[in-house]
Amino acid sequence: MEVIQAELLDPSFVEEVKNTPGGEPITKCFACGTCSVSCPVREFDEEFNPRKIIHMVLLGMRDRVLNSEFVWLCSGCVSCQERCPQDVTITELMMALKNIAVKHGIVHKAFELQAGEIYKFGRLFEVGDLNKRREKINLPSILEDPKPIREILDDFGVGEIARRVIEQD
Amino acid sequence: MKFALFLGCTVPTRGLNYELSARNVAEKLGIELVDILEFTCCGFPIRSLNQDAGFLMAARNLAMAEKQGLNVVTLCSACTETLQEANYHFIHNPGTLDDTNQKLVKYNLEYKGTVIVKHFARMLHEDYGIDNIKEKVVRPLEEIQVAAHYGCHYTKPTKIYDNYDDPENPHSLDELIEVTGAKSLFYREKDKCCGGAILGIREIDALHMSKAKLDAVIEAKADALISICPFCSVMYEGNQKRIEKEFEVTYKLPILYYPQLLGLALGIEPIDLGFKLNRIKAKALLEKLESEPEPVT
Repeated sequence: MEVIQAELLDPSFVEEVKNTPGGEPITKCFACGTCSVSCPVREFDEEFNPRKIIHMVLLGMRDRVLNSEFVWLCSGCVSCQERCPQDVTITELMMALKNIAVKHGIVHKAFELQAGEIYKFGRLFEVGDLNKRREKINLPSILEDPKPIREILDDFGVGEIARRVIEQD
Repeated sequence: MKFALFLGCTVPTRGLNYELSARNVAEKLGIELVDILEFTCCGFPIRSLNQDAGFLMAARNLAMAEKQGLNVVTLCSACTETLQEANYHFIHNPGTLDDTNQKLVKYNLEYKGTVIVKHFARMLHEDYGIDNIKEKVVRPLEEIQVAAHYGCHYTKPTKIYDNYDDPENPHSLDELIEVTGAKSLFYREKDKCCGGAILGIREIDALHMSKAKLDAVIEAKADALISICPFCSVMYEGNQKRIEKEFEVTYKLPILYYPQLLGLALGIEPIDLGFKLNRIKAKALLEKLESEPEPVT
């Protein structure tokens, strides 16, 4: 266990989280740990521990949290959020932390790749030749028109992330 | 009954058996499903990067259904959650719908927030109704027992679904299974997540999560696991061999989509329910059903 260095803590971090949709109720946490015992990821991976992550945010450990891989490890199952006695919307909080990381230019490779695919096809998976296979079993053709999705992603700065990964291909 | 069918990304590319069986079951029950070609990704994968971009993608899809005066049914639980979460977001965060509509102008769309989004299974359970399904069952599946997998986004977050089903002790899918005549088993780990969302982040965690469920379903001696989400099926079926190899176990557990099971009870042929497309063949299950059931005396 690493010792926490108080001079590296950033109290503005918790404010930033509270001002991000989903992060608002974080200060209501009284650290009971219901989230961590409910978490199916925590069951197999000690690195993903919702109670600990919440506490790290409350302490202001901005860099440790935002640069971690665990920020991306929430499976989004919502079990913790349903059981939290203090109505901390933990699943939404994890979403908020990811959004904040992205705002600071930190994006997990897997999400970059997904953004790239959606930018290319308007969907997560290319349809392309699959339409022939679909036709064979009497399923209607799927339209692939990424234009409106590209506009939306560009509008919110996500297009940049997507294009970066497409160019690397 | 008439709905817009929202397919999303995974179903029309990796879940053709799900789509085929859902369409044929709907037809048999007299439920009309309308395809809206311009539907795109629901926005789910984008929300992690930028929630507002994800909600705008959802709103654009919802606005297209609203324009045609249709409510939406979905086959993917993540699509259900994302579209319904957008509805919830617009209602509970004043001003967000106006902002969204300013951005929808360039697509000649406006979203008033009226579209009801339901998972196909919930629609069958709540709108079509168990009693009405019962009347259409011609081949009760009494010889088999299966395990219901609810997944996460079908019941949770409960606040966006008006507490439709209890995630701690859900019953709707069990009822949908039992109306086919099959036995719905109680098993350990019934409420557990497939892990699909973190497959690309830390594969071994996702595989562990799926393994826990597969172990419990095998222990309960189920003939099949019943799924209602294409990504859960990617985990339990698509990655089953990978899990068997990684952990040196053997399952060969068929993973059926709920409409495949219901379709059998409605007398639809396995080929029209996409059984040929199941990677893990449900041969033993279908053989159990081959003999005519004993006539009721």
